Amino acid sequence: MIKYDIGIIGGGPAGMAAAISAYKNGAKNVAIFERDTRLGGVLWQCIHNGFGLTRFKENLTGPEYSERFYDEVKALPIKIYTETMVLSFSEGVITAMNKSEGIFDVEVGAIILAMGSRERSRGALTVQGERPAGVFSAGTAQRYMNIKGYSVGKKAVIVGSGDIGLIMARRLTLEGTKVEAVCEIMPFSSGLRRNIIQCLEDFDIPLYLSHTVTEIKGKDRVEGVVIAKVDENKNAIPGTEFEIDCDTILYSVGLVPENELTKDAGVELSPRTRGAVVDQFRETDMSGVFSCGNVLHVHDLVDFVSEEAETAGKWAASYALSGKREKKFAFTEPGQGVGYTLPQRIDVTDDKPFKIYFRVRAEKRDATLRLIKNGEVVREIKKSRVAPGEMEYVSFIPKGLNEGDTLTVEVI
Amino acid sequence: MKDTVCTVCPKGCEVKVEIVDGKITLVEGNGCDKGKEFAIGEFTCPKRVVTSTVKIDGGDMLPVRTDRAIKKELIFSVMKKIKSVKVFTKVKTGDIIIQNVDGEGANLVSARSLDD
Repeated sequence: MIKYDIGIIGGGPAGMAAAISAYKNGAKNVAIFERDTRLGGVLWQCIHNGFGLTRFKENLTGPEYSERFYDEVKALPIKIYTETMVLSFSEGVITAMNKSEGIFDVEVGAIILAMGSRERSRGALTVQGERPAGVFSAGTAQRYMNIKGYSVGKKAVIVGSGDIGLIMARRLTLEGTKVEAVCEIMPFSSGLRRNIIQCLEDFDIPLYLSHTVTEIKGKDRVEGVVIAKVDENKNAIPGTEFEIDCDTILYSVGLVPENELTKDAGVELSPRTRGAVVDQFRETDMSGVFSCGNVLHVHDLVDFVSEEAETAGKWAASYALSGKREKKFAFTEPGQGVGYTLPQRIDVTDDKPFKIYFRVRAEKRDATLRLIKNGEVVREIKKSRVAPGEMEYVSFIPKGLNEGDTLTVEVI
Repeated sequence: MKDTVCTVCPKGCEVKVEIVDGKITLVEGNGCDKGKEFAIGEFTCPKRVVTSTVKIDGGDMLPVRTDRAIKKELIFSVMKKIKSVKVFTKVKTGDIIIQNVDGEGANLVSARSLDD
């Protein structure tokens, strides 16, 4: 059986950064398993800019950002499998499949999960109507337009005001499709404020907060939508319905980490992040299996993905070369105002500082962030503005933290 | 009071601007001078980087971008020019696809390298 120090599942931005980091940290035999025809993941279709502001202090498009890592991966002796599907993994083994080798096993010193996320679909939302052509997930429409050069329709309504929906509102408009409206079921948008400005306000595209599409009209092709206001339980308020004529609907209603393989392998997943439970080194509860990027928790900025992947790569290399370490865990918990914290557990035998990432449940101004250890406030920080659509972090040093302790992050 | 988000650095400061009789009388919320400049620019002569795609002859689409921000009112005329162009050769990231695409010195450049 072929053996690699590190087997990386997924060759997008997380997989590439993890591979480079693992190599630079001493793992000389690194392999990436990618199911698409090339590395780069979803970045190739993200032709808009806004990438790399933190990492490179430049404002890059997705392809430009991706190419920085792609070039570095190609320059190193990293084994790249493309058009190769991983079927399963367990401690020390990855089973994959491709045209030339059929189904094959590889032995690995450590595994890094970097499979990214997929989009939630209209089907998951149970919207009334037939099944006319013209209903796309925003990412599919993005791929059709930006990779293939197709127009997806003439008049569109977008459901969901997260960043992907906002970016596509602008993209469609620039390419001649009239975007009639963006609907958002929550009373606030989860997208970055700069995207609201540059994608909606720039083009006078109306944003209907606390609204959703309740019915799709049309049999063979979309003919229109019925939009209604919703109450605080997200139920349509009768009498508030209005119709918009359109031939295209884009759904941008959330990303879901793609953890089928992870679940099958028996790795513990968190229902809050829908990704693996990890420690500050991004190791899961399965020895030698690490996770990073969108498959671990959905990110807003790829700069953070690269940083996280480098952490996973470094410690996966350490595991592959030096073996398993005995760890003792304390735990993080989301408190008031916080949706999740990551890492969910902290190895207290190590005292290196690290970042605790979290997301708040609602937009707040002049908020107070508190770190609470076993019921006692250990740190308080003022934050001028926090929002669910913008992942936050707080730096932390695990000194004085003991096994079994709970560290709660609250934002009020 | 009008507000915008500065995009110069990742801080993304929310900058508020007061405009009286078409003149900017107050700028606040900026974390630095670049932010002040950005906000003033946003309400006097707003500019945007345009990103789009260009057809590759015999292939898919090539991502392209303007190499600097262009005046907002010129965006759609730039889009028209982008639609009229096709790429036939190898390109490297940064190669100029359309020189002076906005008539004011910005170029349209490739956002990726193509080997064929």
